[in-house]
Order: sequence, then structure tokens, then C-alpha cells
Amino acid sequence: MHELAICQALIGQVSDVARSNRAAAVSDIFVSIGPLSGVEGPLMQNAFPIAAAGTVAGAAKLHLRSMPIRVHCEECGRESEAGMNRLVCEHCGDWRTRLISGDELLLQRVILENAAAGVEKNV
Amino acid sequence: MCDTCGCNVTPGNEHLVAAGGRFAHTSSGAESVEVLKGLLDANDRQALHNREYFKRHSVFAVNLMSSPGAGKTALLEATIDALGADLNIAVVEGDLETENDANRIRDKGVPAIQISTGSACHLDAHMVHNALHELSLDGIDVVFIENVGNLVCPASFDLGQHCNVALLSTPEGHDKPAKYPVMFRAADVVLITKSDLLEVLGDFDPDAAESYLRQIANPAPLYNVSARTGDGMTTWLEWLRREVGRQR
Repeated sequence: MHELAICQALIGQVSDVARSNRAAAVSDIFVSIGPLSGVEGPLMQNAFPIAAAGTVAGAAKLHLRSMPIRVHCEECGRESEAGMNRLVCEHCGDWRTRLISGDELLLQRVILENAAAGVEKNV
Repeated sequence: MCDTCGCNVTPGNEHLVAAGGRFAHTSSGAESVEVLKGLLDANDRQALHNREYFKRHSVFAVNLMSSPGAGKTALLEATIDALGADLNIAVVEGDLETENDANRIRDKGVPAIQISTGSACHLDAHMVHNALHELSLDGIDVVFIENVGNLVCPASFDLGQHCNVALLSTPEGHDKPAKYPVMFRAADVVLITKSDLLEVLGDFDPDAAESYLRQIANPAPLYNVSARTGDGMTTWLEWLRREVGRQR
């Protein structure tokens, strides 16, 4: 259950953004997550309130966007959808593919409340 | 069109509502800020630092990962027996509890630092960094980081290693790469351990294990090894020597 550790890292980043923008609170957090990141969305939703409690994101809502698994075939050069344990090219069947989407674990965006106006955003 | 889901933002006006844009502040005083950072950014930065530290000491660092009981410590003992005279080895051991594995390594005359993770199911770059404070890398050629026995969580955390070596022991079954694709996708080498049991078990097919590994688009070599009998150890040791040579 490493999702709690991941959520604690997320809260650390979100807190930094809130601090540098002098925000009173964070209302929404948007995260992109690919199945091959090794992180489970539902487990992350469960762990999030524990990590967020008592922080600037204590009342924030976590929005998870699941990313598709896609590969680029090094053999035929085409792209295709792929599965967790089947990353072969669906066009030519070759296994020499490169993952182009599906292992993301990315903090995309946060919505801050009562941010001080006119503050430089350096995130 | 609405003000909540972003459907009113078009390529033509998005610069106005993006962080820092004229309309970035909504009527409620809320503000949207783009971040675009990996969630493991802090870990990855520490891992980079660890990697630079290894490089400065010309040390080759290996992250050993497998399920509990696949034979990581036995592999290390056999590797030390074979190479201990030629290469200076150090080991960082990760376990939830006990110094047992570190003691097994120390019995071979090799320095070992035990990280007790408590309830944590994986090592992270900060834990390894702290362990390295207790370990002198002067004259060391290779550091093995024996991760917590777990085929799930360790795969998500970069420690600053140069290579990931995943062990798949024959009693576990040859379809482990299909069951744990995140772990086996990260492997630079897969060792099929306890190969002396292949004959007894009868149902572990090394070719099928390789096929499952290719299905997840991993070109890593697979070597059959038995730490107990020594069979196949030569190929693994050759690989290790070659990689150590590259870091010098």
C-alpha cells in the first residue's frame, strides 16, 4: 500500500504551491495517473484524506484522470492501444514497442482559495 | 458553457484563464494553478543525488527486487563468494524488521547496512540516502540495494541505482511478468532463481517466462541461476563484471 506514501508526496507538492501563492486553502487537486505507474486510483482516493488531514489541502477534492496505455511500435512505426501486460503492437504484433502513455503520475493543476492577488506564480 | 468544468476554455482564450492570466481568479476568489510535476518529484530528485554520489565514487549500484523468499540474499552470498576477492562489495538491506539479512552478509566479511522500514513496503531514495551516510564508498566497486521483498510497491520508487535486477524464483511460476507488469517492465535483468528446482517442479517453463517478459515490451536478458548449486552463476557474474567495468 504505497499509495499513502504517494499521497504524502502529493500533499507536500500541493502545500508548496499553496505557500508560494499565499493561498489559504486548496479546494481541488487534479492528478493524471496511468495504470503502469503502479498506483491504484481507488486506493489513492482512500489514502488521500489521511495524508491531507490537518494540511492546507485538508478539505480538498482529489480528481484522478486515468490515462490510456498507448505504445509506439519501433518495427512498423504505428501507434496502438495496449493492455497492462500486453504492450505489443496491435498492427504488426511486434513486441519492440515504446510506451507513449500509461505510466503517468502527474500533478496537473490545483485550485487555490483566497490566493493573494497579484502574486507571481512560480510553480 | 459553464464556469466549473472548463468547457468554456478554448485555444483562443486559454491564455487569459491560465495561471497568471488576466482572468485566472474566479468570482469566488479561487485560482487555478498549473503544476505539471511528477508526484514522486521529491523522491526522484533525491534518487538523482544518490546516483551522482555513486558516480563520484565510481560505484555501480544495483537494485535487487523480488517477492519475499525468491533468494535475493542467497544470490548475494553466492555472488560475494565468487567475486569477493576481485570486487569490493557493499550491501544495503531493506526489510520490515530484523538485522538477519545484514548479518548474513556481514558474516561474509562484506559491509552491510540494514534499513528497517517498519511497516513500509518499499525502499525510497531518502531511506537509501540515509543508509549511505553510514557506509564508506571508498574503494567500493558495487553496491547492492536489496529492496523489501514485494513485487508491487518497490517498482514505483527510483533509488538512484544504475540497474534493476528482478528475481523470479521457479516455485513462483513463469507467469509472474504478466501478473506484475509494472515490476517486470522496470527490470534490466531478470534472474530465474532456484533453477536447480526446475527438474523437481516440472511445470516452470523458462521460455514462457521470457515470452511474458517480451509481451510487456521488455528486452531484458533472462538468466537461469542457482545460488545453491552454482549453475548459471557464471553468466550473471559476467554481466556484473561488465557493468562494474563500465562505471570505472
